[in-house]
Amino acid sequence: MRYLPHSEAERAEMLAVIGVDSIGALFSAVPDGALLKGPVDLPSHSPEFLVEARMRALAARNRAAGDGPFFVGAGAYRHHVPATVDHLIQRSEWLTAYTPYQPEISQGTLQMLFEFQTQVAKITGMEVANASLYDGSTGTAEAVLMARRLTRRNKIILSGGLHPHYRDVVKAYLKDDPDLVCLSASPEGQGDILDRIDEATAAIVVQTPDFYGHLRNVKTAADAAHAKGALLIVVVTEVVSLGLIEAPGALGADIVVAEGQSIGNALNFGGPYVGLMATKKEFIRQMPGRLCGETVDAKGERGFVLTLSTREQHIRREKATSNICTNSGLCALAFSIHMALLGEAGFTRLARLNHARACALADALEEVPGVELLNKTFFNEMTIRLTRPGAEVVEALARKGILAGVPVSRLVPDDPAVTNLVVLAATELTTHDDIAALAAGLKEVLA
Amino acid sequence: MSMNREGRPTHTGTGADINATRAALLPNEPLLFEIGDTHHSGVDLPEVEISSSRLGGFGRKSALDLAGLTEPEAMRHYVRLSRLNHSIDGGFYPLGSCTMKHNPRLNEKMARLPGFADIHPLQPVSTVQGALELMQELSHWLMTLTNTAAVALTPKAGAHGELLGMMAIKAAQEARGEGHRKVVLVPESAHGTNPATAAFLGYTVKAIPAREDGTVDVSAVKDALSPDVAAIMLTNPNTCGLFEPQVKEIAAAVHEAGAYFYCDGANFNAIMGVVRPGDLGIDAMHINLHKTFSTPHGGGGPGAGPVVLSEALAPFAPVPFVRKGEAGLELVEHTEGEALGRISAFHGQMGMYVRALTYMLSHGADGLAQAARDAVLNANYIKARLKGAFSLPFPDYPTMHEVLFDDAFLAGTGVTTLDFAKALIDEGFHPMTMYFPLVVHGAMLIEPTESESKQTLDQFCDVMLDLAEDAKGGNTARFTGAPLKAPRRRLDETRAARQPVLRWERKDPLPQAAE
Repeated sequence: MRYLPHSEAERAEMLAVIGVDSIGALFSAVPDGALLKGPVDLPSHSPEFLVEARMRALAARNRAAGDGPFFVGAGAYRHHVPATVDHLIQRSEWLTAYTPYQPEISQGTLQMLFEFQTQVAKITGMEVANASLYDGSTGTAEAVLMARRLTRRNKIILSGGLHPHYRDVVKAYLKDDPDLVCLSASPEGQGDILDRIDEATAAIVVQTPDFYGHLRNVKTAADAAHAKGALLIVVVTEVVSLGLIEAPGALGADIVVAEGQSIGNALNFGGPYVGLMATKKEFIRQMPGRLCGETVDAKGERGFVLTLSTREQHIRREKATSNICTNSGLCALAFSIHMALLGEAGFTRLARLNHARACALADALEEVPGVELLNKTFFNEMTIRLTRPGAEVVEALARKGILAGVPVSRLVPDDPAVTNLVVLAATELTTHDDIAALAAGLKEVLA
Repeated sequence: MSMNREGRPTHTGTGADINATRAALLPNEPLLFEIGDTHHSGVDLPEVEISSSRLGGFGRKSALDLAGLTEPEAMRHYVRLSRLNHSIDGGFYPLGSCTMKHNPRLNEKMARLPGFADIHPLQPVSTVQGALELMQELSHWLMTLTNTAAVALTPKAGAHGELLGMMAIKAAQEARGEGHRKVVLVPESAHGTNPATAAFLGYTVKAIPAREDGTVDVSAVKDALSPDVAAIMLTNPNTCGLFEPQVKEIAAAVHEAGAYFYCDGANFNAIMGVVRPGDLGIDAMHINLHKTFSTPHGGGGPGAGPVVLSEALAPFAPVPFVRKGEAGLELVEHTEGEALGRISAFHGQMGMYVRALTYMLSHGADGLAQAARDAVLNANYIKARLKGAFSLPFPDYPTMHEVLFDDAFLAGTGVTTLDFAKALIDEGFHPMTMYFPLVVHGAMLIEPTESESKQTLDQFCDVMLDLAEDAKGGNTARFTGAPLKAPRRRLDETRAARQPVLRWERKDPLPQAAE
């Protein structure tokens, strides 16, 4: 077996040192009958080329985004990742290190996390950021719990523009909680959240651009929340938008949660991704997740360590701010490298390019009979209403080789108001030919 | 700060010299923000005109101030930084409880196939049949290795899996009108995530003391059981490296009291393919794909923590899950019946599923069992070689895949577990896990994994014995202030916590953009 270094002779030598006859003797604490007599009923070991053939056969049964016109977004976006990013994250010293428990020999990871935290704070316009969470959806649930701890209030109001999966995750985390208010889907960008805030409200959760692509007024939401002593949590699922849209921190957000996948990370069928969380300095002791901080070593040289761990489970156990024990290190690294390659100039240009492609997409869609664009505002994503159920149309277009977007009914079932809606995204990878193919395909399918 | 013609600082402001090398091959690397500036970029993108913006007045007005690097600069920055890390590929990494095994590169290659990496979680299921089949195959392997009825793949880490498993237990009890059960039993030796998870869900945590021999006493569990107890969270093999000899009796007692058995599967590497946890009576157990099944630790994630479930808990698995339908495989994405909903967006850590399945297919049933046996062999070999010089708190049982020492052997030497660990750094080894589990004083938890050759283990043991001899002989120079040869000396963690500096701050005004 190519991954196991011992020869039988070496095993025998080691057993002699231990003073037992067989490895089986080392399992003597296993109760009678529980130690298997032979291998479980699964295939035996396999050479590399056969494993590769099996995995390639599975991969071949999936349609890759790059195989044709592609407009699927809704919380995960297809962007170009520079080759440098993937090369660097596969270096052994990044890939096969673990949590920097020994900072003297983990300064690479620690400095990177410090740089990552700075980048996240800057793009969100917040004072501080953590070293990442699992993803945007679980980050949103953590933000909600954090707001409860900060305000000592319970009521949480989720905007109807919040990604339905994010809403579902918050619901699962706060199972059957009567103080959780989920407003119904708002595909037209309509808002009723501000009227619902009261003195019992811990936080409102507003996504911008929202699930349907509309840009939401963060300033108004912040003012309304703060007037009642509540916090504003802003969720961003398309982090590229922050290159062109005002930073939530500059508009009064108290906690910003974002899905960072768009920068540096592939679609990966939904994971692994990287959750970003940023907040105000005064709130850090209630923030979940790892934090990296600057300090000095015994010789006075600058260095970095994980810090404020008295918030965390390995110290606080049942009194911790969260049970989280990890971050999304390698995805955060990919994010950080890609963001460093972009820089302000590249990040801004990338965002403009995305918006320009989306404008072209919107213009083309509005020309198709039977298509109604619901957005007055958008960044790179928008919602259309069709004359037929969105799921049927998307399926019909998939048969023509066009992945046309996400039927809203897939995420919001049993709501007749959304049956005919489709959410579509454009990115820098969307070409004019792609848009023309989609428009032509839609015309045919809707005719 | 003075700027050169490109608007870049001529000094870094920290007194650090950008090209300074502390020693051969050990770089002293400035921060990205001290090297780059807002004009440099390593990505060529066209500048586009937007004739009529649809931003509706929400456009950015505040400064981004985001430093950029050209490609060669970025390459050098991240390569230099990487050299400051210890890694599995670079050296022995016996971090107990973390299973730092070899990460095969075939896994990485497979995860990057466009058919896995470049597929969207919400594209039509008819276009991702291979992905769904992969999820089914991975599920089959996990269920077969554990002899359980169901698996929930989506948790993003071990602690996330614990959360899901305990949510399922809570849902099952509520479904049968037993929502009043508010107590979770957790042995003192448990990972911190166990009590944190229980508390997260509103449970009261009741600690079960460990026996003198490091295992959990079934009678202590029986004494603690009551109609208020919802579950026990037990790690097996436990964090002392011991297989719980009374695990079946504990499971029976827990079930008899109407409670469930949550097993922390962090240490599954010791028994994969050798013992099936389902045969021991567990109801739920997370499996850390990043430990047992070699998906890379990545400097601290991403992980993956699928949870296997007993028949009793299977109906409470979250969405999504894969099932066979008339037109092929289907993805069930919405709650049906008693399922507890969704614990993350989309379908979990697909990138990790690909790597883990690749690893499983490579090993096969026989190879996985041999890997577990070699992991146990290696830990017992270290134990045998070191036990004369080190102190074993729990000598009664053979250890499993990791061996626990305490600091009794250092009594009177003035050398602590921390000093000992730091001295190991100077010898080129990553230290063992220190001060965990909490049930022994000055714990040193050593997990070699099956990936290490006898030669490496011997080198490590020689160094350990040599260090122990020096500590006992009063030669503390190797320990005081160690490490001396690492990129940094010991870091001031108190200062970091008392005066938190969590981001770089520009000390000088933002330079004006060059027109």
